[in-house]
Parts: sequence; structure tokens; C-alpha cells
Amino acid sequence: MIPELGHFALILALGVALIQVLVPAYGVWKRDARAMAVATSAAQTQALLVFISFGCLMASFINLDFSVAYVAANSNSELPMIYRITAVWGAHEGSLLLWVAILAGWTLAVSVFNRRLPADITATALSVLGVVSVGFLLFMLLTSNPFDRLFPVPQDGKDLNPLLQDPGMVIHPPMLYMGYVGFSVAFAFAIAALVSGRLDAAWARWTRPWTTTAWLFMTLGITLGSWWAYHVLGWGGWWFWDPVENASFMPWLVGTALIHSLAVTEKRGLLKSWTVLLAILAFGLSLLGTFLVRSGVIVSVHAFASDPARGVFILGFLTTVLGASFLLYAWRAPKLVSEGEMTLFSREGLLLINNVFLVVASASVLLGTLYPLVVDALKLGKISVGPPYFNAVFIPLFAPLLLMVGLAATVSWKRAKAGEVIRHLRAPFIIALIAAIAVPLLIHERAPVAVIAGGFLGFWAIVTALQEIWRRIRAKTGFVSGLVGVPRGVWGMSLAHLGLGVWALGVTFVSSFSVEKDVRLAPGQSIDLSGYEFRFEGVEPRTGPNYDSDFGTVTIEHSGEVVATVHPEKRLFRATQQMMTEAAVDHTPFRDIYVALGEPLDAQGAHTGDWALRLYYKPMMRLVWLGGALMVLGGLLAATDRRYRLSRAAESRVASNSVVA
Amino acid sequence: MRYLIPVVVLAALVVLFAFGLQHDPREVPSPLIGKPAPAFNLKLLDDGTSYSNADLKGRPVLVNFFASWCEGCQVEHPVLLKLAREFNVEIIGMDYKDKPEDVTNWLARHGSPYRKVVMDEEGTAGLDWGVYGVPETFVLDAAGTIVYKQIGPMTEQAWREKIAPLMAGAKP
Repeated sequence: MIPELGHFALILALGVALIQVLVPAYGVWKRDARAMAVATSAAQTQALLVFISFGCLMASFINLDFSVAYVAANSNSELPMIYRITAVWGAHEGSLLLWVAILAGWTLAVSVFNRRLPADITATALSVLGVVSVGFLLFMLLTSNPFDRLFPVPQDGKDLNPLLQDPGMVIHPPMLYMGYVGFSVAFAFAIAALVSGRLDAAWARWTRPWTTTAWLFMTLGITLGSWWAYHVLGWGGWWFWDPVENASFMPWLVGTALIHSLAVTEKRGLLKSWTVLLAILAFGLSLLGTFLVRSGVIVSVHAFASDPARGVFILGFLTTVLGASFLLYAWRAPKLVSEGEMTLFSREGLLLINNVFLVVASASVLLGTLYPLVVDALKLGKISVGPPYFNAVFIPLFAPLLLMVGLAATVSWKRAKAGEVIRHLRAPFIIALIAAIAVPLLIHERAPVAVIAGGFLGFWAIVTALQEIWRRIRAKTGFVSGLVGVPRGVWGMSLAHLGLGVWALGVTFVSSFSVEKDVRLAPGQSIDLSGYEFRFEGVEPRTGPNYDSDFGTVTIEHSGEVVATVHPEKRLFRATQQMMTEAAVDHTPFRDIYVALGEPLDAQGAHTGDWALRLYYKPMMRLVWLGGALMVLGGLLAATDRRYRLSRAAESRVASNSVVA
Repeated sequence: MRYLIPVVVLAALVVLFAFGLQHDPREVPSPLIGKPAPAFNLKLLDDGTSYSNADLKGRPVLVNFFASWCEGCQVEHPVLLKLAREFNVEIIGMDYKDKPEDVTNWLARHGSPYRKVVMDEEGTAGLDWGVYGVPETFVLDAAGTIVYKQIGPMTEQAWREKIAPLMAGAKP
């Protein structure tokens, strides 16, 4: 009964979504206020229906209703409750429902927080969001219905993919989808701007907090995904350049560019058609990611079970939506006239260069991801593109970005004075350079050129970001009033740039000073790695809720003192018979020690004999994720800046003055 | 004109993806096509006598790498049964990285399409044959030369369009 209810709610949602597309569009065309007003109620009704449907699927999982094929494939009577709930988005069908539910949530938010928007913009934007919703609802109902019944009903389910039974996986997909789907709002506003022909500072101001919010969720999702991979996959890496990772990284890069170009459009009335294009691209790349992950055109470690019919549908949908958007763009964008002139040595000039680097970076990721397909299509053979390509392309593209981040706050709008900029940046430059040489020497007693270069870029971003906050505080009389007086937008920008610097430091140290060792140890035996003494205490059998585990114990000592006792595990999941490595990590802010169990090396006794172990010492590993977390926090502050919460009257006044601002 | 660039790029990508949808990226052409079947000498499941690549010569056969632990093998199993029963195709099963008791149970439960089941417990023959995931099926002609390799589950379509013509033409 519950599954049928969920299925029925989905069908109804499709009907309502069609109304949400057609009636407001008619209203905008005929300038009929009543038809335009339908957008809001349709969006809210649709959201309610989709949430009901989502709840029904979740209820089926909680009740272990194995008559639902999707539940039977992704759950098991032994599966702990929390993973039964997250199993809802553990595979293709359910994760699509999550996609649609999050889209409904964003649409609902637009329909509620639209008081400051002109009626025709709201109606167009909601109509566009409705188109996206129709596409995905149709996709689900036609090719991937999560409520399909299974007969005969199996005794027990096949269990959730063990890789996904991890706390990181509980929240990683929803956060990432919040980001992917969130870019649809910026996209909808971009289409509304093209349709109405009005693209002014007020438009940029509506779009900015939505974009920043989507971006911060995406940053969080990517960071969590990297953290999860590090803990669960057991190879000690945090980024693999896998096509699915790239699928999330491309819209992130373009979204980052969009955040910056929106600032230029709002403050200076420039880069209008470019901003609109980025908004379409960010969402387009999100759709492309969905296509790549689910169609099976590209080999990836975590592609979903693929089905050509699904691929054809998404490709058709992607072509329709993006084709129409780009044609609309080609027709309308030439009329979006910029309101001022641009000089290169100014904040807007630097932001344009930043945009170029980010978009080129995104394009090179796209190229690397699709290259195997291109080569195959041209009948030149089968190849795969791996980390060496991406690292070689990325370092030269990211280094200038980090340099420019330092200039961001100092270089003023319109026309900057070189002398002033140099005077401001002399101190940060010297501090960053000294830190870049001193820190590696102090910790590791050597400072290769690559570390000094990477460290300098990291410290440079950090020091200049702090300097901006400091300058704002000093401008006021007292320290406290100064601290309070710093606008959230400035905090947000500075924290995000600081986060980028912290991330760069982490990457530099991890990639230069990591030590790893594959060893064979008997119980009681010890080995030294980077001054840490690892004593293998042995492995004992343990029983988890739905798995049997070889539970290892390793004691880590540093200069005679025990610093940690860690428990790496090998879990054999009973229902799927899949083996999972749970690496054990002991971390401080400045180093990670990572222990993963390999294989038992004595056939006789897994619990008495020798084991293969993999040990890593990774300095500054935490900084990689701390950087991500700081960017998220920065995004959160920027998105909730006071000026986005101004009253409508103030809004229109500011809008009319915006060109000068 | 420059405003049309995005549409053009999109069109190129769509053509590329349309191509991609018709091709499985996991299909790596086997370098063994046209070469004699790699040598092996392993035990048979039922009586433990030895069976080698020389025994594959003299008539076209299908050599199917499978295992009781493999999900894709269950998917293709009905197709293999049909080939064996309706078309009287000789299928030699290579039980890859598997235990005799497991595969005996598995075949008892699902039925056996195989004339012979060769135990490749260590996976050594699989390595020599370039198997990188079961199921994989090799088509051998009467001279013992590999003429085709089916990656992933056998399908009726693959049988009809590719394998049946090859086997018909491979009679001695």
C-alpha cells in the first residue's frame, strides 16, 4: 500500500509540475498576473507530493518491505536502522528520488523567499525549475521507478553496498545533490533574465545568495566525499580524478567562477552575458555529471548500474534543456549591454582573469574525462586518462589563482594604483615567503623548492585574507566594534580564501612528505616509520550487526610514549560476501597516521599468523579538509550577508544606485 | 556569432555521447583473437582427470569462464542452458577461482550447460587467457584458435548476431 501511495504521489507530482511549467509561462507571455501567480502554489503542491513520495520510500525501507524491488536490492534484515534510512539514496532509483526531492525543496524555497522579486521573474524561474522537475520525474517514472514491486517476494534483501555503510556516506550524497541541484536556481534566474531582457544589479543581488548557498553545499559534499574515500577505500588517497569525482568538480569550478562574476555584475554592471552563460554552464555541467554517472558511457569506480535506455533519456533531456537555453542565449545575450568600461588592473579585471583560469581548469577536467571516449569514437584505440594528466594540467592553472586570491581584497574596483597595491602587499609577501621556508625546515628539516613554492602560495592566501580582516578592524576605533563591524560578506570572502590557502598547504605537505610502507608483521612485532614505532598486537575475530570482522590492534609509540592504539579492520559483509577495509586513522591537526590491514599471510591461522599491513604517515592531511570546511563556513557567512536581507524599499533604492556602488 | 559557440560545443558533445551510448567502455579487444588458445592442463570437476588445451581441438567450442560466486554468471546461465539444449553447442566451463564443492552445489541448483567443467581454482588459466572478470566466453574454431571473445554475460543477441555465424563457419 505505502509503495503504491509513493508511486501515485510521484505521478501526481508530474501532473502538478506540468502545470507549474505551462500556466506561469502562459502568464508571462500574456502578462496575466493570475496565471503567473499559479507558479507559487503549483511549486508548493509539487514539493509536498514529492516529499510524500520520498517518505513512502523511506517507510518501505524502515519496514523492510522486500516486495519493493529497490528495497530488496539495497537492504537486509540485519542492516542497522541508520543505514536502512540512508539506503534510500544508496543506488540509482532512490538517489534520483532524492535529486527530485531536493529540487522540490529548492523550488519551494524560491516560491517562499520571492517577495523581493518582480512577479514575472518569479513566474519564469519557477516555470524553468518545473521543466527540470518534469524531466527528472518522467525519467524516474519511465525508466527507474523506485517503487516497482518484486514477485516472488524474497526472504531477505541483498543488502546495501558495504562501501556505503559508513557515516560519511550518510550525508555526502544529500550535500552534494544540494549543490548540484542548487545550481538549477541560478540557471532558472539566468533564463528569466534572458526572457525578460532585464539583467541589472538587482538581478545579480537576487542570484548571489542562491548561488553561494548551492556552492557551499557542493563544497561540503565534495569535501565529505574526499574524507569518506580516505577512510573507507584503504589506499590512503583523498582524490583520485575518477570521472565521477570530476563530474562534481567541474560544476564546482564553474560555480566558483559564477560567484565571482556575479560580484562584478552586481558592483559594476559588467560581464553580464558571461555571467548568464556561467549560470547555464554550472547547471549544464551538473546535468552532464548525472549523465556520465548513470549512462555507463565512461568507466568509473563508482558508476551506477547502467542501462542504455536511461542514458538515452538523460542525453535527450540534457540536449533539450541545454540546447534551448544556449539558443535563447545566442538570441538574447547580445542585447545585454554592459554599463561601464573595464580596465585590466582593477578588481573586475582580476576577477575576469580568475574566471578564465577557473573555466579553463573546468574545461581541462572535461577534456581529460571525455578523452577516452573521443579516442574510442575516432577508432584510435582504448586509453584511460589518469592522475598524471590532471596533476600536470592543474598545478599551473591553480598556482596563478592562489596568487590572485592574495590581490583580491587589495586591488580596488575600476582602476587600481600599482604603488598602493605593492605597499599593502609587501608585508604579506615577506611573511608568506619566510613561513614557506621556515615551516618545512622546522617540521621536516628540509625544504625542497616544490614545497617552498606550494607553501608560499598557501601562506600568501592565508596571510592576505587575515590582513583584509585586520584592515577592516583597524578602520574602526575599538577592536570589538571593529570586529563586529566587519560585514559578513567580507568575512565570507576572507574565510573562503583562507580555506583555499589552508587547503593548498595541506596538499603541498601531504604530497611532499608522506611516507608509506607495506610490511609483513607477526603479532607482537614492531616496525619504525618516520620516528613512530608501530607494534602489531594481533587480529581477533569480531561480529558486527551484518558483517564478520577481523579486528586488528596496532599500538603506536613516539619517543617511548604510546600516542595511540588503533583498530584497522577487514569486514566481510554476510549478505553480499563483500570484503571491506576499514582503515584506522590517528590524527592531530599536523599529522595523520593511517593503518590498513592487508591480507593474512599464513594460511593456517588468520588470527595467530602474520599479516600484511599498510602504514602511512601523512603530515598536514587534516588541512585538506579543514580548508574545505573553512570555504563552507565562508560561503555560509557570505550567503547570509545583511544586504540580502534588506527591506524591499531599501532594495530598490540600492538597485538604482548600484552602478556607482 | 560568438554567442553561438555554446550551442556548437553542445552539439559536438551530444554526437560524442550518442556514440558513447552505443559502445561499452569496458569492452577491451582481446589480443588473443586469431591466436591459438593458451596452454593449460587442469583437473576436471567430475572425475579429477586432467584436461588440456589440446582437448579443445577438432570441433568449434565455447569456453566459458564462470564461478559460483559471480552474479553475472547467474544472469547468463539460462542463455547458456538454452544454447546447450536447443542448439547442442559444446560449452566447456572454466570454473574460475572457485571451490569444487561450491560449484557442484551451484550446478546442482541451476542446472549444467557444460560438457566438461575444468577447475581453475588458482585462476592461472584465467590469467593466461586474459580474463579480467567473469563471465567471459571465448569462441574457438576447430583448430583451437580463438575467433571471438564475449565480455560479460552471454546474451541471445550476441549468440544470434556474432557467435552462431562464427561457429557455423568454424566447422572442420
